[in-house]
Amino acid sequence: MSAAERMSPTRPGGVTRRLLTAHAWLVYLFFYAPIAVLIVLSFNQNRMVGIWQGFTLDWYAQMLDNTAVLRAIRNSLMVAAISTVVATVLGTAAALSLERYRFRGRSAFDSVLYLPVIVPDVTMAVMMLLFFVRAADALFVASGARVGLGISTIAISHIAFNISYVAIIVRARLAGMDPVLEEAAADLYAGRWQTFRRVTLPQLMPGVLGGALLALTLSLDDVVITSFVSGPGSTTLPVYVFGLVRRGVTPLINAVSTVMLVASMVLVAASLLLQRRRAEP
Amino acid sequence: MWRRLTVFGGLCALLLAACSGSSTSIEDQAGGGGGGGASEGATQEVTVSCEAGQTDGELALYNWTEYIDPELIKKFRDEFGVDVVEDFYPNNEELLARIESGSSGYDVIVPSDYMVGIMREQGLLMRLDTGAIPNAENVSEEFASPPFDPEQAYHMPYQWGTTGLAVSLEAAGEDPEATWGWIFDPQMADGLDGRITMLDDAREAMGAALRYLGYSVNTTNESELQEAADLIAETTDRLAAFDSDQYEDLLVGEETVVAQGYSGDFFAAFDADDAWDDYVYLIPEEGAVRWVDTMAVLADAPHPCTAHTFINFVLDPENGAQLTNWTFYASPNEAAREFIDDEILDDPAIYPPEDVAADLEFLEDTGESERMFTDLFAEAKS
Amino acid sequence: MAQVLAPPPPDETTASPGAEAGAERARSRLGVLIGLPPALYLVLLFVVPLVIVLVYSFATRGPTGQTILADWNVDAYARLANPLVREIAFRSLGYAALTTAICLLVSYPFAYFIATRPAAVRNLMLVGVMIPFWSNYLVRTYAWRVLLSSSGPLSQLTELLGFGQTRLLFTSTAVVIGLVYGYLPFMVLPLYAAIERIDHALVEAARDLYASGARAFWKVTWPLSRPGVVAGSILVFIPTLGEYVTPAILGGSKTTMLGSYIVNQFLSARDWPFGSALSLVVMAVMLIATVVYFRTGGRTL
Repeated sequence: MSAAERMSPTRPGGVTRRLLTAHAWLVYLFFYAPIAVLIVLSFNQNRMVGIWQGFTLDWYAQMLDNTAVLRAIRNSLMVAAISTVVATVLGTAAALSLERYRFRGRSAFDSVLYLPVIVPDVTMAVMMLLFFVRAADALFVASGARVGLGISTIAISHIAFNISYVAIIVRARLAGMDPVLEEAAADLYAGRWQTFRRVTLPQLMPGVLGGALLALTLSLDDVVITSFVSGPGSTTLPVYVFGLVRRGVTPLINAVSTVMLVASMVLVAASLLLQRRRAEP
Repeated sequence: MWRRLTVFGGLCALLLAACSGSSTSIEDQAGGGGGGGASEGATQEVTVSCEAGQTDGELALYNWTEYIDPELIKKFRDEFGVDVVEDFYPNNEELLARIESGSSGYDVIVPSDYMVGIMREQGLLMRLDTGAIPNAENVSEEFASPPFDPEQAYHMPYQWGTTGLAVSLEAAGEDPEATWGWIFDPQMADGLDGRITMLDDAREAMGAALRYLGYSVNTTNESELQEAADLIAETTDRLAAFDSDQYEDLLVGEETVVAQGYSGDFFAAFDADDAWDDYVYLIPEEGAVRWVDTMAVLADAPHPCTAHTFINFVLDPENGAQLTNWTFYASPNEAAREFIDDEILDDPAIYPPEDVAADLEFLEDTGESERMFTDLFAEAKS
Repeated sequence: MAQVLAPPPPDETTASPGAEAGAERARSRLGVLIGLPPALYLVLLFVVPLVIVLVYSFATRGPTGQTILADWNVDAYARLANPLVREIAFRSLGYAALTTAICLLVSYPFAYFIATRPAAVRNLMLVGVMIPFWSNYLVRTYAWRVLLSSSGPLSQLTELLGFGQTRLLFTSTAVVIGLVYGYLPFMVLPLYAAIERIDHALVEAARDLYASGARAFWKVTWPLSRPGVVAGSILVFIPTLGEYVTPAILGGSKTTMLGSYIVNQFLSARDWPFGSALSLVVMAVMLIATVVYFRTGGRTL
């Protein structure tokens, strides 16, 4: 039954309703209280984060002055940009080939594609570290060139798991797409590439963008895998914050975290608006 | 076709693992190190030739946390016009793990005494070009010829200190006993409500337990080690955490009341929060560890000349003093003495007198038994 | 995702069956061509690393912890039988199960409530759930560290109320709170999706047949929402099992879980063969769990 025909749950009455509402409010409080506390304490004058001592913007100023933080931000953005673009292209290609075409080995490819989603972070981190160690070794033996861990290794690792996530989302979108439009284009003698560019791709866009957004988020969020495969000077922002949390808790981390929070919210808001705009004819 | 591709991939992997592995396996390369270390065999060592003050790129420094004055880094940057990239590790074992896997990308590391011996044996360190380190003559006699590197060919001393206990006077009373019992003795520790931390360091934590039990911190006797590990396992419930990075902040922040830690870290924290009257640093009577941290250059350092210049920079008298004045650790730099704050020079906790020093042991490389320390500690922690 | 493959539009009408087969092969080749780059990438940078890890798990550990790729043995796997490993594994399973249960208990009424709101409010509420989720995972966990510390806001609040200081940081409670916080959206969304799909006419029918509100819920709503429950549980249970960051930040390295134990093998403990074996086994367990889920007819999300 379609959503229109289906009857939606009747709103519960009386006591149940009040309980549920209270519960919902508590859940939202649970979600947002830590974040609110985080943001508020980023303005704390006291070096000891928990005890409020006065308002100051010093930590934000310190953040701008801190080369390590700026470097970490730069690294995060670089890695995220590279991995998102490459993973989106590759993931879309994978989705297309699996969903629209039949060929031998399709089921094998299908299963391999889902593995990165299931593999735990830690295992993936171990895999990538060992791979890069051995590859660097082989490269050294073969050519005497010394390659180290750095931005490239991080980006490569991120792409590896992002391809799967993008593929899943694009496939879902593809599966829900009506082939009628493409058939119509073919009837009008449009070539294969033309059909793809003018008909398939625009329809696919929300899925592609959704996948890209997910890839971006996952890349910016990643801690475990990145910390295993990064080298000196290639620390990304979450790894840097992780290190700071282990080393010494000052409101500086709060300031960095607040900036990260605001940035990601702006990003999501922007993408939602973009999707809204695209959906409108 | 995909199946063939996957099989092909698997073969590639085996090839990668096997063939490049055999060229760097320990049998072939006595002291070769785990990952394409530049040394090609037992006979050849990595050396480099640098001028004093020469730089060849940015400095990648892998150091303990909070172990160098940021102002010093800035000074180095300004004086030599090179960038400094810092990364941090919490203990020697993690340092070793990172370096062993090869192509870490660091130039200068700060290993402790016993770790220098271990790394030397694996060929992970570069032989220093002493011509590029004229300030080496500033090193005090006491530290010029240590057992782990008698010719001082692979390291330069950095700071030295002791590992002991700091307690909150509020919780422990006005004149607390100098004993590891604050951690290990149930009678003393139970009243502290679990607000105790130990170092997240196999040698240090096991060392404390060993001394408390009356054994040497360098023992290779399995049953003694097992006893120490059992003691730690028992103690784990009474601990808030194993921490090597912010135990001093936790103490001063009143999250904990007893902490095992390094002398200088405590003093720096006391100084920063003006808490000298509320806490005291104790060197337990059962004995404790004294250590020397050193600066070493990695065999595969990408910027060896900058590395030498940095080491020379730190050994400069004024810089050495600035370092000690910031870290509150003792300096092995004789020439730096005249620039160090008097209150540091006079503090017996920082520069312990002869009678206290007798109770202190240096950590030594235990060779094959190293693994036992880390394994037993990991087990005890869990 | 298990959809009927929509046959791609033919690009020209053909008369002969030979040409038809040719077109079919051409299509197949095109499919391979498009799929080749991602497939190659995955094989090289996923399958190969996986095999390398497998190889390492049979290697030997040197005296100071280096990995020696010779003297192949199964020592690492033998070590898995160690009681300590079992203890850690059970502890992790316990945490994962507890987290999943709490998430379910908290999410179900919440998701149900959202499903009963009018459409506009519903979307708003869902976005409200997503926003914290879109922020960095590490940042959110750190927020709890600040909140739970002895001198932190929560402690100050309880002090004010006369309950004294709360000492939650570095306890297992803190870890569970952190885990629940991190994975709650993973339970809310599938639950919501499942509940929203239910045709309430069925519940109405049950009520018409004199079932009480509670009975109608248990006999109609709950069974119909089960796919969502299962999906959400899997989405929470599996990642929690391999968690590393949250126990590290909130648990003070006292609550060793599988994730921390594995990472430790590669850092301080320097036993790479054992770490490799462990990570493979954890992965295998998760793989089996997922396959079981799909085999027992679990619908994809």
